[in-house]
Amino acid sequence: MWNAIINYSFMQNALIAALLSSVVCGIIGTIIIEKQLVSMSGGIAHTSFGGIGLGYLLGIEPIIGGFAFAVMAAIAIVTIRRRANTYTDTLIGMFWSVGMALGILFITLTPGYPPDMTSYLFGDILTVSSTYLYLIMVLAVVIILVITGKFKIIKGYLFDEEYLVVLGINVRFYEYILFIMIAMAVVIMIKVVGIILVIALLTIPPAIAKLFSNRLERIMLVSILVGIVVSVLGLVFSYYFDIPSGATIIIVSVVSYVIAYLFKGRKEKVFSH
Amino acid sequence: MDVDVVVKDLCVHYGKVNALHKVNLAIENKEFLGVIGPNGGGKSTLLKTIVGLVEPTNGRIEIKEGLRLGYVPQFTSFEKSFPTTVEDVVLMGEAKQQQRWFYRTHESSYKKSEELMRFLNIYELRHRQIGQLSGGQMQKVLIARALMNDPDLIAMDEPTASIDAQTKMEIYNLLHELNEEKTIVIVSHEVESLMPYLDSVFCVNTTAHYYHRDETHLAKHLTEDMQNLHDELYPGCPVKIFKEHETIEKT
Repeated sequence: MWNAIINYSFMQNALIAALLSSVVCGIIGTIIIEKQLVSMSGGIAHTSFGGIGLGYLLGIEPIIGGFAFAVMAAIAIVTIRRRANTYTDTLIGMFWSVGMALGILFITLTPGYPPDMTSYLFGDILTVSSTYLYLIMVLAVVIILVITGKFKIIKGYLFDEEYLVVLGINVRFYEYILFIMIAMAVVIMIKVVGIILVIALLTIPPAIAKLFSNRLERIMLVSILVGIVVSVLGLVFSYYFDIPSGATIIIVSVVSYVIAYLFKGRKEKVFSH
Repeated sequence: MDVDVVVKDLCVHYGKVNALHKVNLAIENKEFLGVIGPNGGGKSTLLKTIVGLVEPTNGRIEIKEGLRLGYVPQFTSFEKSFPTTVEDVVLMGEAKQQQRWFYRTHESSYKKSEELMRFLNIYELRHRQIGQLSGGQMQKVLIARALMNDPDLIAMDEPTASIDAQTKMEIYNLLHELNEEKTIVIVSHEVESLMPYLDSVFCVNTTAHYYHRDETHLAKHLTEDMQNLHDELYPGCPVKIFKEHETIEKT
């Protein structure tokens, strides 16, 4: 494994992608869980599939198209749910399926052999290109900067946005920032675990962290660590057993959650005696 | 008359539902006003419109220039598992400053939050996660947060709902103390225990009626329905309807 990392640039890219995505997942995943935006994030992820298809059709880097669609979906969902009398859930459902439908249409319309979409749907961290790596580096830096720079107000927004409205703070501004960051995170995750599995990697590490801490900043830090462990382990397993990386990472995460849950239960039992 | 807030012909509609219809009200400086009325009568909507959480469909709210509002929401509306501590919630009172990039809480803010927590008897709980608090304790945390930016008017939504009698009295006495300097508007079901502290009562049932404890002779202006409601809610309480707020209108 170490030889592979030293010798092959695809392994180095994979490792960097895994580390960056763990950092992003820890931060954004915690926010998604606390603000109960899990299905919203799923909607954004699936909408990005339309952009990926469009990328193929226009002959540009598909992930750029996916990113554009994800951000547009985030902005649209926030805007429409404020104006129209439609449940957010319904809106998310529409974006979710329309994104997938557009993706399939665009890919069918793309001349030549249809590209293999499995790596976008289920992730393939071993094929991360350097363009992609630069993109996720930039996005990860932006997310880290915004979260650390605005941590207190974002925490306030997550806990009680009504109160910020009363104080005359432009809550919508933070809402847009947050949703755009979720879109960014989703795009970062696409190559790692794929559109369909994104939600798992965004939610499982924070869920594990939440078992052991009740401070927002600590949950974020612990889920970053958990994310790093599960994605590197997933990468190792997938390399040695020649199995799909995305699915492996998810299975490792879920198993970790179960172990953490049982461990916590046991610990509490010990303490209560 | 030094008026903090004037509500003029306020209508709030949620879709086709009329939550408030032509409500008029003037809240005087340092008044202790109780907003009462049946469930679904629009009490909370009125409070939320005053603090800016709900947009009026019609009419308007005029707030005295420079008046600082403090808001204490229903404590039951919070996600109790949210990973934050008492101290952090109190410090959220200075959210405006927290908007700055890489904001670090000033020593003076910590000091102020400490004073407030001591005043409200929750200082010992400052590192507790909010899910570990009782209803009364959480209520005090929210009051402390509202006091962080020295409000001139404190608007409270059902602050004593599902709180034990002793804590309730403690909170009322606290509000009474705060009332020496601040205007207090409180939405409540707990009319009987609250009554001795109130200067006036505003009864909202889609339309609204304003009573004042000081005078009695205008009771006859009440419609029969309102008189019954009033008698039920405040047996023996003197009432007054301000002429300018006379908007008794059946809907």
